[in-house]
Amino acid sequence: MNPEPAAVAPQPVTVTPELLAQHSITAEEYERILAALGRTPSLTELGIYSVMWSEHCSYKSSRVHLKRLPTKSDRVVQGPGENAGIIDVGDGWACAFKIESHNHPSYIEPHQGAATGVGGILRDIFTMNARPLAVMDSLRFGPLSTEEEPDEALVRKNHSIVEGVVSGVASYGNCFGVPNLGGETRFETCYSGNPLTNAFALGLVKRDEIFYAKATGVGNPVIYVGAKTGRDGIHGATMASEEFKEGSEQKRPNVQVGDPFMEKLLLEACIEAMATGAVLGIQDMGAAGLTCSTCEMGARGGVGLEVELDHVPQRETGMNSYEIMLSESQERMLLVADKGREDEVLKVFAKWGLDASIVGTVIAEPKMRILHHGVVVADIPNQSLTDDAPVYHRPVGTWKAPVPAEPSAEILAELSKDRDYTADLKKLLAASNICDKRWVFEQYDSMVQTNTVQGPGAEAGVMRIKGTNRALAMALDGNGRWCYLDPKEGAKLAVAEAARKVACTGATPVAATNCLNFGNPEKPEIMAQLSSAIDGIAEACTALGTPITGGNVSLYNETKGEGIYPTPVLGIVGILDDVTKAVPSGFQREGEAVLLVGGGVAAQTASIAVKDLGSSSYAKQVLGGFWGTVPSGFSLEGEAQLHKVLAQLANENLITSSADISDGGIAVALAEAAFRNGVGVNANIIPVADAPAAVALFGESASLVIITCSKENIEKVEELVNSYSELSSLLLGETGGSRVTIEIANDIASTSGGVVIDASIAELRDPWANALESALHDQTANEVLA
Amino acid sequence: MKFGVLVFPGSNCDHDTYNVISELAKQPVTLLWHDSSDLENCDAILVPGGFAYGDYLRTGAIARFSPVMQSVKKFADAGGPVLGICNGFQILCESGLLPGALMRNAGLKYICKQVYLRSETLDSPFTNQLTRGEVLKVPIGHMEGNYFCDDETLKTLQRNDRIAFRYATPEGEITPQANPNGSLDNIAGILSEGRNVLGMMPHPDRSSEQMLGSADGFKIFQSLVGTLAAAGR
Repeated sequence: MNPEPAAVAPQPVTVTPELLAQHSITAEEYERILAALGRTPSLTELGIYSVMWSEHCSYKSSRVHLKRLPTKSDRVVQGPGENAGIIDVGDGWACAFKIESHNHPSYIEPHQGAATGVGGILRDIFTMNARPLAVMDSLRFGPLSTEEEPDEALVRKNHSIVEGVVSGVASYGNCFGVPNLGGETRFETCYSGNPLTNAFALGLVKRDEIFYAKATGVGNPVIYVGAKTGRDGIHGATMASEEFKEGSEQKRPNVQVGDPFMEKLLLEACIEAMATGAVLGIQDMGAAGLTCSTCEMGARGGVGLEVELDHVPQRETGMNSYEIMLSESQERMLLVADKGREDEVLKVFAKWGLDASIVGTVIAEPKMRILHHGVVVADIPNQSLTDDAPVYHRPVGTWKAPVPAEPSAEILAELSKDRDYTADLKKLLAASNICDKRWVFEQYDSMVQTNTVQGPGAEAGVMRIKGTNRALAMALDGNGRWCYLDPKEGAKLAVAEAARKVACTGATPVAATNCLNFGNPEKPEIMAQLSSAIDGIAEACTALGTPITGGNVSLYNETKGEGIYPTPVLGIVGILDDVTKAVPSGFQREGEAVLLVGGGVAAQTASIAVKDLGSSSYAKQVLGGFWGTVPSGFSLEGEAQLHKVLAQLANENLITSSADISDGGIAVALAEAAFRNGVGVNANIIPVADAPAAVALFGESASLVIITCSKENIEKVEELVNSYSELSSLLLGETGGSRVTIEIANDIASTSGGVVIDASIAELRDPWANALESALHDQTANEVLA
Repeated sequence: MKFGVLVFPGSNCDHDTYNVISELAKQPVTLLWHDSSDLENCDAILVPGGFAYGDYLRTGAIARFSPVMQSVKKFADAGGPVLGICNGFQILCESGLLPGALMRNAGLKYICKQVYLRSETLDSPFTNQLTRGEVLKVPIGHMEGNYFCDDETLKTLQRNDRIAFRYATPEGEITPQANPNGSLDNIAGILSEGRNVLGMMPHPDRSSEQMLGSADGFKIFQSLVGTLAAAGR
């Protein structure tokens, strides 16, 4: 290393408005750069500021709002600000977890975009010495049929995005060797030009063996490990901070290419290297690559890093410093080792056949100093790139969804007809947001590592922790339609539902991670959505005892000025003290009691009305309408009590199954619970006063679950439920037979009450099980013909 | 007795297989690194699932050249028991220890799900504790599990009772619908001529505990442990 490199300032670049525009740097931001450096930046420095100050890396629009999120509890070991959040799970174990978006790359190059999304989040986990235990993803796509999206070209594009994203997620995780527990997949028109790929990962680490991304000890060597640096992904973070326009596909070279085999080797080598004790700090090179890891590790340690790019392993010749610093080549890590022990680290990487190269040293000055061929090409104070990055108090306007408050006269007329509710149920079961997602999750290895107690298709994933009696439960949720109608309530409901799914397994929800997918923050109404959603998450996470330990914000999800529904996705992690008590989500055997349990069942069902049906899947899929607002009568207090009673019921072995009521209401929940083991049900539902049966059957009230128990335990279950002030239970009927039969006492629309739904399990299961596959295959057939 | 589990760069079921032997079968077991030709006096070799060497070029195509596989070939030729699971089966085919090849699944997609296998022969160290026609619930997880061989080989396998498992319905019927990947004759696992090498695509390592969905696969490991014990190992 050159001992006196800083004497010469990097060569200034000729700054023009065009150059700044290419780097998405505003005139004000450029002034800040000049002030921070006290001179004109070099081209490499301009590039470095461009990526570090991009929305993706700096959170400049959301940071002031994110501060309102709760981030602490007795269990939180590491909150936001590190590679991932960490919570204590007991028995000496902790778990690291986070969710992150890879939306923009997945639109431009679906397979690689999604694959590297998984790769990136996995590195965030194992860089903390946590071995990845599970991944899940939350996917949003445009419609697959011309019924919902009249533009045939767009439908075709949506098909190829679905195929690409799913195969990308699958190929990366499968080869890496981490089970994918599914997650959720939803379809809405607004995601046609803006698909969302949010990847969640969770790993296990011994409580006292956690590693942090902090550089320490002046004079310690900085080591680059993993894949070689190439020209791929340059300016990926900047691209992810812009709207899409015509021709955005031209940005394909900005998308990185993943190599899961390399990542698997990197995992094993990093964990082995950390075990030597010679590693002091480590950070993965994700968005903004070497730039981000260099300045962030320095900033966290209050030191600087000096790096000579000649020592960076390179995939191609003739790369300049700008390209090397901005490359987002995958499967790379930067670490700081204890001086004198670097050989121990290098040996481990050699064993795994990976590049490892000493590229620099820790310096006292808190700067990132980059040399190329011995010449200083960048010399930037770390703080100016990290903590002192621009923070915008963007104007927060108001948001009101352009949706009517009441249903149209046609829909009211339709609802008052004598309806065939069995046919309605079949239609709902085949709807893309409700149908079986087997086509997606069977492409994922959900069983490797032999810990999967409940895999894809269950309410939540349940993973045992080997060597203990414990298990972790995890679920993702987000309902864009509800957030569009009411961002704050919609966000609360997303937290509540993800936590409820976890609670259904008997686990206690203890922590959360969030991925905030929104449109262009320069529009005041989008900022209103973002700000309200954050308020909703904050309120719900506080009430439910699930602090946010990290996550990611993805803005500019717009194409040609059309934004997505505001889509906060919540990931909730829960702890189950005794894995043998995990509760499954389907009916287990005949002759058991079926109960509806929830936050004031009687009060709630009485309060819902036709206006509450407007945001439901029934309104969308069967009636073709959209009105009103989110389900009313939701209380966080009731929700929190529901989670407590579910954990208690599981712990006392009182219930045999438990399923959340969500899309499609009670009718869909009963049918799906019957599908799992082919055990039928006969249920009697109470009608909603003065409303057609559809409201009771398909209304989507929150805080409700269906549980089963042996008949001997009915009283005990009811007693326990009733001991909570906000909860009540209602005996719906009994499991058994091979049909799903639902009666309703009286329906104002028809002359009499009685049986409103009656069909064999097979008859209902078929449309549910085959809808997604046939939607995708029909298209493939058409393409072959074309 | 002592078991050895091979570890290639990219193996990802090595620890799962190790865990079954150490925690469930409660037998001594060691991991054998691909770069060493020393089998450390193991009495049985397990070739685990995963993506050895990234499965680049072709599944198992690079692994066959590894130093450890040269020793495994000698071990098998001398009659030592070798069990290849999933990627392990692919490696054994590429190494010539088993006939045939595993092509891309008929549906061209990776498939992970529970399937049912009918046990077709009891005459092997891996199946002697099963009953003939017994149906086992064992999951698959692969992209290339579509077994293929030429007619003559297939006839030889059939004639010599070397088909160990076939994909079946839960009731034990061999039907096209029960075949998840297009394998010839619904073949899920085959034995070597000496009956001491078994390759199978489904994962008994993932079906050795009821908590994970099935414990049926454990019978295969139990058979092997019993065989070694009977031989005084």
